[in-house]
Amino acid sequence: MGVKLLLEKANVPGIRTYDVYRREGGYSAAEKALKEMTIESIVEEVKKSGLRGRGGAGFPAGMKWSFIAKPEGVPRHLVCNADESEPGTFKDRYLMEFLPHLLIEGLLISSFALGSNDTYIYIRGEYAWVATILEEAIEEATKNGWLGKNILGTGFDCMIHVHRGAGAYICGEETALIESLEGKRGNPRIKPPFPAIQGLWMRPTVVNNVETLAAVVPIIKMGGDEYAKIGVGRSTGTKLISACGNINKPGVYEIDMTISVEDFIYSDEYCGGIANGKKLKACIPGGSSVPILPANLLLKTAKGETRYMNYESLSDGGFATGSMMGSGGFIILDEDQCIVKNTLTLARFYRHESCGQCSPCREGTGWMEKILQKIEAGKGEISDIDLLWDIQRKIEGNTICPLGDAAAWPVAAAIRHFRDEFEWHINNRELSQTSNFGLQHYADPIHVPA
Amino acid sequence: MSLQFNNEQLTEFKRLVARYPEGKQKSALLPVLHLAQDSFGGWLPTAAMDYVAVLLNIEPIEVYEVATFYSMYNLKPVGKFVFEVCQTGPCMISGSENIIAYIQQQLGIKPGETTKDGIFTLKLVECLGACGYAPMMQVGKIYREHLTKEKVDAIIAEYRMQVAAQN
Ligand SMILES: Cc1cc2nc3c(=O)[nH]c(=O)nc-3n(C[C@H](O)[C@H](O)[C@H](O)COP(=O)(O)O)c2cc1C
Ligand code: SF4
Ligand code: FES
Repeated sequence: MGVKLLLEKANVPGIRTYDVYRREGGYSAAEKALKEMTIESIVEEVKKSGLRGRGGAGFPAGMKWSFIAKPEGVPRHLVCNADESEPGTFKDRYLMEFLPHLLIEGLLISSFALGSNDTYIYIRGEYAWVATILEEAIEEATKNGWLGKNILGTGFDCMIHVHRGAGAYICGEETALIESLEGKRGNPRIKPPFPAIQGLWMRPTVVNNVETLAAVVPIIKMGGDEYAKIGVGRSTGTKLISACGNINKPGVYEIDMTISVEDFIYSDEYCGGIANGKKLKACIPGGSSVPILPANLLLKTAKGETRYMNYESLSDGGFATGSMMGSGGFIILDEDQCIVKNTLTLARFYRHESCGQCSPCREGTGWMEKILQKIEAGKGEISDIDLLWDIQRKIEGNTICPLGDAAAWPVAAAIRHFRDEFEWHINNRELSQTSNFGLQHYADPIHVPA
Repeated sequence: MSLQFNNEQLTEFKRLVARYPEGKQKSALLPVLHLAQDSFGGWLPTAAMDYVAVLLNIEPIEVYEVATFYSMYNLKPVGKFVFEVCQTGPCMISGSENIIAYIQQQLGIKPGETTKDGIFTLKLVECLGACGYAPMMQVGKIYREHLTKEKVDAIIAEYRMQVAAQN
């Protein structure tokens, strides 16, 4: 069993309630932070921990906190990003649903460190019952003196408010989230100014992911240096992975980032192998936006080294032969899956979710979907593959927010690694409607553990 | 159906607005639209949006802009139970297409349509953050996960019974 810092207590009966959470040692980190530590020392511990943002970009959390502007007399805000809409990702939901007080404790410590008296949780609208669980937990925490006025006699006031979104992936992007929290459409803002200077209601704002803020609790408990000893290199601490697709045991797993991808997929402790005795074809290891990898490049890097479940190893080889840790949404495709169709559903997703502000993203996502639809329907031309490549290249880097890149990357990676499957679809128009390309494209033998 | 919140709904409205600082009541727009949709039969007629604009002291266009942007707001009447089935990649590779086809067949409607008796609407949606529990759909405020044909049958029967019990 690997180290568990976040989900250690997830199976304790009643852990969702304040009494059980407290009895199990909950809120002791908050007590320590508010009573024994200074704002500076909390930020310092988070810096030392090496904690990187768990929302997708992996930006060091301590550094982000130290950027927040502190003009006299202007309130500051912490906003917890619980929009969780990246396909393949469902880890924040698990954390909030089963350990709501862990998040609230993390929010309290973080709000204290950032000087946020009104902290918001922006939760995707569809997670309505999770919002209720959070509201109940906030009420309990308030009753027990952990939220409200003059917390623990420190003079610090803090309230946490749950704000439900209404169905828009783009509101996970931090500036779109802020616009949405202001009661507007989720159109990302042009940066600068960054939220740390002018964010919510033009006030200094820090936006962090649910898992990032929950991880502050073990960091304060054990100290930043100890936390940094877990994991490897710049991948410190533990990471929640939501595993789905064609595996025996889909679910949310906490890993320390020293485990190999192969062990993660095949060991019984985690995914339990590919479902129905099938073979592994491909994997999208960090949420739908990151490049898809064929089995051979997933288990080993291009240099032939074992690939591990951490930030550095998953991105080894860059986009040519690697991928990204992203949000930790780990999607496994077995031998029966069609790459063209899978890419089409993702292209449709990004077209649907584009906010429409930038032409390359608004138009390009629609064109990519249409071309993929044509190929999938057995009506494609070989030139369509080059056209797809051209469109994705013209979207990437030419838009206000990274959704454009997120739409371009899956298409690019699918063509990069599975071009022969696209060609087969186009050259075998009828056959492709009834049968599957399967595993034919592998140049190297696929490694399937015994 | 009168397009005004009753006392209980007004109390909830006040609770929602109180979360935001003085003068920033527009921030409550998304939660208030949820409340309006729940209170006025599952969708947002123009009169409901205009009413929300008055309550929040903002222009009606600011409400329309938002209501049309977010996928959870219904701008047309819907059935009593809306089946929102996820069709994105992870659900697709886990068999959502078969489930979608089966629901269409059982209810006799296509995506976007409502059954003649006004009980069910079928909607195809994008990833709902339940990819590990696929195939799945959202019905009202809850998720129905690990769907099979048998489960779909049971769910349809369950809602039909609920409606029958109310009549
Ligand atoms: C299109 C798009 C969608 C995003 N969705 C989410 C999301 O659902 N949850 C999240 O935490 N971050 C999401 N992000 C990343 C946020 O912009 C931001 O980087 C993050 O919340 C910062 O928190 P962290 O540093 O703790 O990861 C998204 C970014 C983009 C461009
Ligand atoms: S890249 Fe797409 S989603 Fe992002 S601002 Fe531009 S149009 Fe909107
Ligand atoms: S893809 Fe269906 S819930 Fe995520």
